[in-house]
Amino acid sequence: MLTRRTLLATSAAGLAAPAIVGAADAATPKGAVVQAKGIDDIVGGFDPAQSYEFSNNEGCGNIYRKLVAPDPVDSSKLVGDLAEKWEVSKDGLTFTFQLRRGVVFDSGKPLKAEDVVFSLQRVVKLNLTPGFVLTQFGWSSDNVEKMIRATGDYSLEIVLPVVQATTFVLYCLSATCGGVVEKAVALAHQTKNDLGNEWLRTHSAGSGPYKLVEWSASDHVILEANPHATVKPRLPRVVIRHAADPSAQFLMVQKGDVDLARDLGSDQLKSAATHADLVLQKKPQLTSMYIGMNASVPQLQKVPVRQALKYAIDYQAIAKNITPNLWTVWQSFLPDGTPGAIGDMPFKKDVAKAKALLADGGYPDGFAITLDHFAQAPYADIAQAIQADLASIGVKVQLQAGERKQVVSKMRARQHQLALVTWFPDYLDANSNTQAFCANPDDSDASKLKILAWRCHFFDKELTDATDAAAKELDNAKRNAMYAKMQRDFMQRAPFAMLLQSAEVDVLRKGVSGLVIGVLPDYTRYAGIAKA
Amino acid sequence: MTLGRLRPALAGLASVPLTLLGLVLVTFLIGRAMPIDPVIAIVGDHATPDVIARVRLQLGLDDPLWEQFAIYLRNLLQGDLGNSVMTSHPVTADIAHFFPATLELATAAIIVAVLLGVPLGVFAAAWQGSRFDHAVRVISLTGQSVPVFVLGLLCLLVFYVKLGIAPGTGQLDVAYEGMVPRVTGMLVIDAALAQDWDSFWDALAHLAQPALVLAYFSMAYITRMTRAFMIESLAGEYVITARAKGLSAARVLWRHAFGNIAVRLITVLALAYASLLEGAVITETVFSWPGIGLYLNVSLLNADMNAVLGATLVIGLVYLVLNLLADVLYHLLDPRVR
Repeated sequence: MLTRRTLLATSAAGLAAPAIVGAADAATPKGAVVQAKGIDDIVGGFDPAQSYEFSNNEGCGNIYRKLVAPDPVDSSKLVGDLAEKWEVSKDGLTFTFQLRRGVVFDSGKPLKAEDVVFSLQRVVKLNLTPGFVLTQFGWSSDNVEKMIRATGDYSLEIVLPVVQATTFVLYCLSATCGGVVEKAVALAHQTKNDLGNEWLRTHSAGSGPYKLVEWSASDHVILEANPHATVKPRLPRVVIRHAADPSAQFLMVQKGDVDLARDLGSDQLKSAATHADLVLQKKPQLTSMYIGMNASVPQLQKVPVRQALKYAIDYQAIAKNITPNLWTVWQSFLPDGTPGAIGDMPFKKDVAKAKALLADGGYPDGFAITLDHFAQAPYADIAQAIQADLASIGVKVQLQAGERKQVVSKMRARQHQLALVTWFPDYLDANSNTQAFCANPDDSDASKLKILAWRCHFFDKELTDATDAAAKELDNAKRNAMYAKMQRDFMQRAPFAMLLQSAEVDVLRKGVSGLVIGVLPDYTRYAGIAKA
Repeated sequence: MTLGRLRPALAGLASVPLTLLGLVLVTFLIGRAMPIDPVIAIVGDHATPDVIARVRLQLGLDDPLWEQFAIYLRNLLQGDLGNSVMTSHPVTADIAHFFPATLELATAAIIVAVLLGVPLGVFAAAWQGSRFDHAVRVISLTGQSVPVFVLGLLCLLVFYVKLGIAPGTGQLDVAYEGMVPRVTGMLVIDAALAQDWDSFWDALAHLAQPALVLAYFSMAYITRMTRAFMIESLAGEYVITARAKGLSAARVLWRHAFGNIAVRLITVLALAYASLLEGAVITETVFSWPGIGLYLNVSLLNADMNAVLGATLVIGLVYLVLNLLADVLYHLLDPRVR
């Protein structure tokens, strides 16, 4: 019988841009793991000095290795990856790394300190989107050659222009842009002094378990085992098929056209949980969903009004009814899993309190406001729930749905009133989100730091200074205490309602095992995947 | 004189550059009016102001609009459509990569549509008012009325999901990915050239559904037009004369009636083929067919304007060329212009 659900599932199967593959009930090839995933976020390819979106960061994480990486079990601890050991000088300015021997690039050449130095220098010199992860320490094309240098075949020294928290520096080195490329290969393919950037977008020169074989935009990515890798992948080939829609992915994994589906929605996960041939694997992620309130809107300049909106929202109902499995309530700007995050949840739906706060702010009868949100699920449903919640205290919300990039463009231009959007940290250290949400040293259009606080006209000198101080604090305990205070202050007065934190739930065919899902995409590992 | 008869058609050639210029201008302006910052589409949401300013400068987005358009036109005349943000490749290379898949799909569809549509239209006219005629009219009306994406999705539901007798979307099964050396870019042909028969049958199976859906859409139009032309033709005095002379029904139908509409049908077929190449955007999206339509669709969602402009230009150019070709053939074959 043609039900609406089946029709929708099929529609999705079709509308998902690329391929559901193979004839019905066809098994995937034995030596390959085939994944269904939305990969149309990949812009610009797989050069670690350029990659910044989820899917290419994940690919880079499996192709390139870094000096250090978070412990796969406890991401709050850092372990050596290429680095066998490291030392930090007492003043916190000089980092000395000793590299492991025996690490080999896919070309067959050994990885040496000059490759690490070249890779970090090129991130600074190219200064593409993720360049700020390193340039924020004060390195520039003028000084980086002196400050990041090899001291032997297997040793190198990194000097900071000014003191920074040690964990902050190390977590930044563990970000995607810290991936080490083979110097000789990159330079051999250099055009117009681009240090191999153009070539590396569609090729690879790494020492990770896999190498990039083919990327066809919004269609597929194929990786093959690096024959010289220290960690040998259990399956020599990874095929990632683009499927934009969750229902399409569900259909593919149900029919065995893929081994695992990566982006299912809450509805599909509910069905998948009862499916005999499917297994679910879950891991919390560091993406936050929040409402950004533009403080240039007169009503939103008042702190009680901001609090009123936060007390009007039924967080638990949204998480339970709209995003079960995938998003959980989290009210701090540091997501759970980030070093220094606190789990305070001060806001619960309290209409009376919200109304009182609204009156305190000078708007006892409420006001009208717009809310921009992404048009796709689950954002449209969440926006409607928020609209209903705010209506209960007299705030009339007009919803404005748009494409993701459209909403982001509007917010970056500071033309929104309320915006329901998401944010993920660029690296695991607390400074990434703290800087984004709290730091706004210059609220003018000429500002050099136009992240989230600036985009919402949140000009708070105390939090801005505290962000800077915490980034430079060498004592970890003191540093965490500083972040705890900032998170609590932010909850009370910032024009941001932090709503939810994401989780990744993957659906695997029975017999497929060994996938390691990272808290950030570039910590996800394919090498252990096996099929029974 | 052949050239003399072609003069009106050749006059149409002069309007091609002007039409293309209009097409580029309108698409360019729509691209600039889109509420998405093209720089954000390239560098992402997390980029710093200095990176954004540098890319904006590189793209010339701070220049006056007319200047940006002039630069685009100058590059276009040199065969440079710019680079795609999404794929990092020159747009010309992307088009060369994606267009053959569209050509393969549209060509397969038009062959099926003509082989079925023309005879159906001819016989429906010959047996006007019969049950066969009514059936053909219902079939063609349905094909014209049902949106192609609905038809595509229903096909997937029935043949892929429910019956399991057809492959899903895409051009090839994952097991055959990368096995066929690229020669023409049309996988069925490339697989045959490589004598890789497993890949050939797999590619053909994947081609069948989208091609048949497109063919049905096109066949409906061809059938209706053929039927209308034939009804008019069958009422002509030359047909009555032919019948009076005692010629066989088949000879009257095909030689005298159909022979006289063949020229007009050429225009219909050329336009149907052009609209297949143009209208495949939706079918390609539904069936995840990696052709120019899918490329255009994804580029649009990513605000990849060089890619959008390039793909639009190619589709427009194909339409114009086929239109012109139909004009030329019309003037060459129509005895009345001799």
